This record gives sequence, structure tokens and C-alpha cells, in this order.
Amino acid sequence: MRRIISILIENEAGALSRVAGLFSARGYNIESLTVAPTEDASLSRMTLVTRGSDDIIEQITKQLNKLIDVVKLIDLTEGAHIEREMLLIKVQAQGDERNELKRMADIFRGRVVDVTSSTYTIELTGSADKLDAFIVSLPAAKILETVRSGVSSISRGAKSLRL
Amino acid sequence: MKLTGAEIVVQCLVEEGVEHVFGYPGGAVLHIYDALFQQDKLKHILVRHEQAATHAADGYARSTEKPGVVLVTSGPGATNAVTGIATAYMDSIPMVVITGQVPTALIGNDAFQEVDSVGITRPCVKHNFLIKDVADIAVTMKKAFYIAMSGRPGPVVIDIPKDVTAETAEFIYPNKVEIRSYHPVIKGHLGQIKKAVKLMQTAERPMLYTGGGVILDNAAAELTRITQLLNFPITNTLMGLGAYPATDQQFLGMLGMHGTYEANMAMHHCDVLIAIGARFDDRVTGNIEKFCPTAKIIHVDIDPASISKNIKVDIPIVGPVKQVLTEMLKILEKNSAKVDAILLDNWWSQIEEWRATHCLKFKENSDKTKPQYVVQKLYEVTAGDAYVTSDVGQHQMWAAQYYKFDRPRRWINSGGLGTMGFGLPAAMGVQIAHPDAAVACITGEGSIQMCIQELATCLQYGLPVKIVCLNNGYLGMVRQWQEFFYQGRFAMSYMEALPDFVKLAEAYGHVGLRIEHATDVEGAFKEAFALKDRLVFMNFLTDPEENVYPMIPAGAGLNEMILI
Ligand SMILES: Cc1ncc(C[n+]2csc(CCOP(=O)(O)OP(=O)(O)O)c2C)c(N)n1
Repeated sequence: MRRIISILIENEAGALSRVAGLFSARGYNIESLTVAPTEDASLSRMTLVTRGSDDIIEQITKQLNKLIDVVKLIDLTEGAHIEREMLLIKVQAQGDERNELKRMADIFRGRVVDVTSSTYTIELTGSADKLDAFIVSLPAAKILETVRSGVSSISRGAKSLRL
Repeated sequence: MKLTGAEIVVQCLVEEGVEHVFGYPGGAVLHIYDALFQQDKLKHILVRHEQAATHAADGYARSTEKPGVVLVTSGPGATNAVTGIATAYMDSIPMVVITGQVPTALIGNDAFQEVDSVGITRPCVKHNFLIKDVADIAVTMKKAFYIAMSGRPGPVVIDIPKDVTAETAEFIYPNKVEIRSYHPVIKGHLGQIKKAVKLMQTAERPMLYTGGGVILDNAAAELTRITQLLNFPITNTLMGLGAYPATDQQFLGMLGMHGTYEANMAMHHCDVLIAIGARFDDRVTGNIEKFCPTAKIIHVDIDPASISKNIKVDIPIVGPVKQVLTEMLKILEKNSAKVDAILLDNWWSQIEEWRATHCLKFKENSDKTKPQYVVQKLYEVTAGDAYVTSDVGQHQMWAAQYYKFDRPRRWINSGGLGTMGFGLPAAMGVQIAHPDAAVACITGEGSIQMCIQELATCLQYGLPVKIVCLNNGYLGMVRQWQEFFYQGRFAMSYMEALPDFVKLAEAYGHVGLRIEHATDVEGAFKEAFALKDRLVFMNFLTDPEENVYPMIPAGAGLNEMILI
């Protein structure tokens, strides 16, 4: 099953490689990983998307917790949560295509953020599923470049992941 | 008072109560060696290879309740130490390893003798640090010792650039550490402990299976008490030998791939399995699909990640073994509920039947000395009271099978990583910690050559280790597998050219003995152990074709042993 694990980790050199190294050494897969400092500069927040059976996910969370630098973690997929990812996509856009692409972007609530005579660059935010859906709705041959931020996620309600 | 970084490192070690540092100098640690030179509280042991420094510190730690301390230089010093760090990591041995690093300004420049020590050791340490500011040394050292010793112990590496050891700072050694991201469990959950005791008391065919965790947490006395109170059968893992007296009737011997028939059969047929400080390693479980098919399992371990990793358990208890066992004892001693004595008697009769196969019997010595016989004689001559280290291979299994350890911290071997070369340097560490004790290193002619250079260290520090080399002329364990599973194609398991070990020992300034006949084994041991202040290298020529039995072949269950 797909899981989103959020980690509060000491904002220290090497913290990221401890997490990445753990995944590669134990053969767990990482679908996406984002990391940035929090409002408290001594802490980083990581969001990690992975897949595995319940047993593997249990091991992943235990092994992550064992890392000395990990302060706290939570499997967000265990409860209600909000998931967002950002996509920037550059597509070929000429002639009639330009209207069609603009309409598609509107339907998905995306925005055209850069324009040349032959291309559009569209920005789109949403769940990973929504971004996937948008990408497949575009003609594959017209896509010049895509970049995705990786998933960020937070739990719904008053509960929060903090010190 | 202001001290240099190097002086601070030394002072921190003194504050931690460290008496011995195992190491080898080099450019990046010259300041630290200079600081060591100018004090007399710490004794430095100069090994002949950094791998040996880590194994010696490891043996020192295993045979005491103290952490091992290592000091090596950057680059090749650090890489040489990696095998020993990984060995300690796999067996959860507390160790602090200080590696020198190139000056801060050169880090990342492919400087002379630069390696990314923190990167290289990351997967085989409990934690590691790179110190970039002299003001951080004291706190980091304090944290390192705390992390190494607490929770599930393990090695911690501290990488210190040379310039940091030259700068000065005010020295204050913190008397407490607080790491907000690290809080090892200090108490098992009482509700779970009660549930476990209840299950133990209703067991019909109980079995205790205990590992290195009992020894690391100094809980042998509690374990023995609980086992005898309940009259339950008990087995120890390779790492757990000595936690329960091996000469006691309730002890079924070691379990696992080369464990006894009775231990493995009792495991397979039990209805309640109590696993304590053990981690269900693949050498213990055999085929996990076939493991303990009828048992409810209780698992006590300090490391939550060890629980339900390989085998799903019914009652997990995360906590220090000693505390949990103490709690269990309290409940048991208050509680009048007794295990059904008749059912337990039946279980014991079944076990005695298994025991009656005498699975560890071996053929009498013919013209060739049997290696098992040598270990038995060692046991007799030392009255079971020696510290025994071993290398890796058949001799290691024979040592575990035939030397009966009645006390913890006496049996010292590389169980997890299986590191050939461990035995001799580990014996040095043990001998340094226990200068007057009998220390034997059971080894093979393959393994001993992996750290043979340490014979020089033994001479320098007057370490009277007794080397028991079971010389079968083969990389025996490899040969055994090739005989069983590769139709006797003995690829690279025979060493064509062996040194004359007697002359070799003599060249290093020691005593060498060559023992060809079984009738001379006992005499050789007596002679060797009488030489109290000399290292004696005993080269026993043993049956080249002897195999380790019994054995569970790959893919089989614990009830599917090959008996001799
Ligand atoms: C460093 C290292 N290299 C290789 C091995 C694989 N290995 C396991 S046992 C063994 C043979 C050991 O031979 P020896 O020391 O003569 O002992 P014996 O099995 O003959 O008693 C080998 C090569 C190992 N465990 N460690």
C-alpha cells in the first residue's frame, strides 16, 4: 500500500543521507522525498512516500525511529490528511493548440506561468493522482519537460506533528 | 581552563573512566597522540593493524561492562577499522571510535588520506559525528558514550579534523546529556509483562530461547533465577552462551543451524516460546515458514525494530531485559499459580528422549586428532573457567558446542558478521581487561592468518594468550559446504602453503607447540597454561575431513536436522 510518512529530523549535515541510506540498505523503495527546514530552524520536515506491505511499513517506521537524528514521525495515511504536490510542465503550444491547452489547464485549476511563441509552462498543484491525471490528459508528444516537487502532506484537524 | 582540542579529547576519555585506548597513529591524529604522550591516566595499546584495534576494543567491551575505545588516523586508518566497527555493530557492542580527519579546509578536496569516514561508516554504526568546532568536542564525546552504552548498544564513530584538535577552547565536561531525538526505553510495559507471565504459567510445553541481549544487559542472574523457578527448558543462541549455566540439567545447549537436536526439537514442538534478548536470526530460525508452528511467542527486546521483524510474535515487550525479568520475577514470586507439573513432567520426558540421541557424540580419535576432543580437553584443563574467544568457521561451532560456559561474558565471538580475524585481537582486549585470567583463542589455520601480525602486539604488552589452532589444512567450513552441497568440488578451500606455526610463533618471541597425536593434547594444554606469562601458539593437527554436526540444511525447519 502507498504510505505518506512525515518525519521531524534534526536539521544537521548528513541527516538526509541517513534516511536515504536506510532505504537503500534495507531495500525499501522511496517514491518521493521532500525535505526543508521548519519554522524552527533546528528541525527539518521530511515527507516520504513509499509502498509496501503492512509488515514492511512497520519495519520502515521502526527503523526510521531508530535513527538517532529522528525526533518524531507519523504515518499520515493512517488518518485523514491533506496531500499536495506541485507540477511544472512545459508543453509545445502553437496555433489552435494554445486554446486547447489553456482550457485543459483551467479544468485542472492550473495556471500558465510562462509563455513563448511556441510553448506554455503550466503550474498545477494537487494530489499526486491529480497531477498524474493531468499529465495523461495532454498529448504525450507535446510534453517537453516536467518537474514535480514530490508530495507534501499534513494531517487534518487539530492534531499536529511538532516537538 | 583552555585546552587544545587534542587535550580535550584525552580529558573526555579520562572523565568517562576509560583506562585503555586501542589505536594506531597517523598524520591526522598526531595532535591527539601528542596529548596522550603527555599524560599517564590513559594507557594506549599500539596494535599492528587498525582492524585489530577495533576487535581488541570489542573483546575488551564484551568481557567487561565497559565500552571499548579506539583511536585511528584518517583515510586508510579509518577504512581498516571498518570491519571491526561492522563486527561490533552486528553484535550490538558498545564502542567509541575516534577517527582523525584531514583539516576542515581540505574536506572534500580529495586531500591526502581523506575519506568520507562518516559516510563510509554510516550503515554500520549506531550513530556517528563529524566535529567541526573545537567547542563541540566535549558535548559530542559525552553524547557518543551515552549513545554507545544506552538502549541497544553499538559502536559510535567520532570524526575529528586535524585543525580542530589544534584549536583551543574552555574545557567543561558536561555531567548530563539530553538528546531530544533519542530516548531509549527504560521500562517494559507492565500490562504486557503480566500477560506474558500468565501465558508462561499456562504453558504445557514451554521453551526459553535467549540471546546476546541478556549478556549485554547483565541479566544472567535474573534469567537463571526465573528459569529455575519455573523449571522450564532453556536454550541459548551463539551470542547468548553463558547467560545460563551450560552444565545445568535445564540447559539444552545452543540452538540453530549447528545447535543440539534437543534444543531444536524443543523449539519446534513447544507451545509457548519465550524469546529474550534474541533477534530470530536466520541461522537460528531455519526456514521461517516452518518455525515453531504450534507456539505462542513472547518476545522481550530493547529494540522495537527487532520485534516482529522476522517472526510475528504474540506478546511483544519492548524494554531492557534485566528490568523486564526483574518485574516478571516479582510477579511470579507473589503469585501462587503454578505451571501444571504433570504436563511439564511429560514435556521434560519428551525432551530427555531427544537428549538421549547424544547428538554431539563424535567418533573416537583414530590416527587423526578430532577437533571436538581438543575443545573438550581445553574445557577440562581450564576447569571451564577460561575466557574463550574464537574466529569464524568450524572451530567456532565446535568451541560453542563443546566448551560449556557457565558464566556470561566468557565466550567471545563474532556471531552476527562472522568475521575471520576476530579471535586473536579480541583475546588481546580480553587479556588486557583481565590480566590474570586464562584467555584462549580457538581458531583455524585460515582465520589466524587474517590478524597474525598481532602476535607482535601480544609480545609488546606481555599478553599470555593461549592460541588453540585447530589446523585441518582446509578452510573447513567452506570445505564442509562444498562436500555437502557442491559434490565435493573443493574450490579454493585448501591452502597449499601454510607457514610453520611453531617457527612463526618463535619468530615473534613466543612459544610454539605442534601437537600431532590425540594422546598429546592434554599434556600440551597443561604445559601451555603452566606458562602463565607467555603466549603459547598450539598448532593442533586435526582430522582434515571432520564436519560439524548436527546441521540444519538451508530451507529446512528446526525439526529437520542432519544427525551424524
Ligand atoms: C573475513 C572473512 N572472509 C571469509 C569468510 C568466509 N568463511 C567462513 S568460515 C571460512 C573458513 C574458515 O577457515 P578456518 O579459519 O581454517 O577455520 P575452519 O572452518 O577450518 O575451522 C571462511 C572462508 C569469513 N567468515 N570472514
